[in-house]
Amino acid sequence: MAKLAARERVAEAILTILFDGVAYGMLLFVLACGLSVTLGLMNVVNLAHGVFAVAGGYVAVVVVNNWGVPFFAALPIAFLAGAALGAVLERTLYVHVYTKSHLDQVLFTIGLVFMAVAAVDYAMGSRQQFVQIPAYLQGQFNVFGVGIGRYRLMIIVLCGLLTIALQLILAKTRFGSRLRAAVDDQRVARGLGINVGVVFGLTFAFGSGLAALGGALGAEILGLDPIFPLKYLIYFLIVVTVGGTSSITGPFVASILLGIGDVAGKYYVPTLSSFVIYSIMIVMLLWRPQGLFSRSASR
Amino acid sequence: MPLVPDPGRRLALEVTSFLVRRARWSPLELAFWVIAAASFWLFPQKHLILTEICIWGLFALSLDLILGYAGIISLGHAAFFGLGAYAAGLLAKYGWINEPTVALVVAGLLAAAVGFVTSFLVLRGSDLTRLMVTFGVALILGEIANKFSDITGGADGLQGVEIKPLLGWFELDIFGHVGYAYALVVLFVLFVIARRVVRSPFGLSLQAIRGNPLRSAAVGIAVNWRLVAIYTLSAGYAGIAGALLAQTQAFASLEMFSIERSSDVLLILIIGGTGWLYGGLIGALIYRLLQDQLSELTARYWQFWIGLILVAIVITGRDRVGRWLAPVTRLADEIARWRPWTARAAPTREAP
Repeated sequence: MAKLAARERVAEAILTILFDGVAYGMLLFVLACGLSVTLGLMNVVNLAHGVFAVAGGYVAVVVVNNWGVPFFAALPIAFLAGAALGAVLERTLYVHVYTKSHLDQVLFTIGLVFMAVAAVDYAMGSRQQFVQIPAYLQGQFNVFGVGIGRYRLMIIVLCGLLTIALQLILAKTRFGSRLRAAVDDQRVARGLGINVGVVFGLTFAFGSGLAALGGALGAEILGLDPIFPLKYLIYFLIVVTVGGTSSITGPFVASILLGIGDVAGKYYVPTLSSFVIYSIMIVMLLWRPQGLFSRSASR
Repeated sequence: MPLVPDPGRRLALEVTSFLVRRARWSPLELAFWVIAAASFWLFPQKHLILTEICIWGLFALSLDLILGYAGIISLGHAAFFGLGAYAAGLLAKYGWINEPTVALVVAGLLAAAVGFVTSFLVLRGSDLTRLMVTFGVALILGEIANKFSDITGGADGLQGVEIKPLLGWFELDIFGHVGYAYALVVLFVLFVIARRVVRSPFGLSLQAIRGNPLRSAAVGIAVNWRLVAIYTLSAGYAGIAGALLAQTQAFASLEMFSIERSSDVLLILIIGGTGWLYGGLIGALIYRLLQDQLSELTARYWQFWIGLILVAIVITGRDRVGRWLAPVTRLADEIARWRPWTARAAPTREAP
């Protein structure tokens, strides 16, 4: 009997880890998928992607806490704010670095991160901020003894729907096929009359909006403070390099693996949790240097 | 009938004489080091800040070895800096090695060893993977220093470090006089070695790899091993820079592993220019003076201005900034080429 109970407890723990890990991974995917598309499309190393997430998070904080806008209405506002910021930065600044070397892109985007960190610190203070979430999203309920957090469940449902929508946009719409064509071979796509610049601008804005949405959703779980873009930079990089840039399936699987690995690491070996992630990353890279799902190693 | 000289031998001689000519010290370089040495007597009140500039310069020099000569972008070069700092701090704190100069070498060797091991990760993949791996290595090392807090002091930093006198004679004083002399000598020695390395055929082969790895491999350069070698050397240099900082300040902190430090050193190198070794040293000087000014303006938010400078440099274009300075560099070249003691003896090239 005791053995059975112990086994049950192990199973419950594993299910809880899986659930929390999937929620975490979904969040990472929404945060990072814009980055992988822009990277695949323009080969721009954008280390400032987290800036849009932070922007979305703080917009949600201000809108919900100070103005009393309902939580679910704040999410689209955060998305639009992030998308607008992305579009403006893309048109004014990023366009100048597409043709530059990777070193220049790294310098440029790191500079943006520093500016954003200092600016957020100046405007909002350096302490951690929280978005007030509605009462019906707080707490958890039990399913077969497994504690299901309401907020995390909402994240899984919402991000799952988003992922399906993204996949449909990519696979079924005209814009999606243009985007895929441009990622596959930019020169040929240009030759076929696709305005790659416009496609890229739209994608960049959309990806920034998604990051902002992820920032607003993740404020509760990941914590929101000015150094967020630097703290989660390595996670974004892992999602993109491990997942590859040729589809959104790769980053999706990579995010889920990363989420589960991170949560499991924190649960079983709390003192070594970050080592777990980095070791997984290094093993992955040794095994598949071009990413898990890349189709060709030539690009 | 005169013998036709062996063309292979002739070429070898030409190459050798080219390398020798290239390796010669120009008057401008000599002037640079004379001024650096003179600064010890000229600015006795500024020795603390000058020590810092030396250390930043050495750190940026180490980055120049991999970025400027081998084209490896690193976002985690602070890994080796922090490692060297903690190594030197721990060696002194627990009295394992009391002689600072020996501890400095040991810290450098340790950083080089870790650099050697991690270099194999850096070889793989694209610029993006390299960014991630270098960044990840710095995070892991910072995490180790954080977790073993009973030895390293964790987030409070490594305190209670007591540095014994250099060579048993020279006590490191609070005004930093001895510290500056120490840092300057170490910087000069390591600079000479680095200069020798990058001007050797090995250094030339690195530049070939930076230009085109595939073609370099085709002409018989062992691309991977060359990269491993320079990465190891660079890690050792960064470790020594960190160790110097820990010894002169008798302190080491987790911040030394941070991405801020890695990107600051990138900025320093970019300000001074990559691929000519002096870039790091000049960049460190400009950066430190700039930092002083900016901190006075806004003590807490000076990172904003650093970011703005980075963005401005890239948007303006690094080559364009270089072109504005073209008259200055041309003048410098003129001076550099001016060698009264060899002007007469310069061999005239015969027509083949």
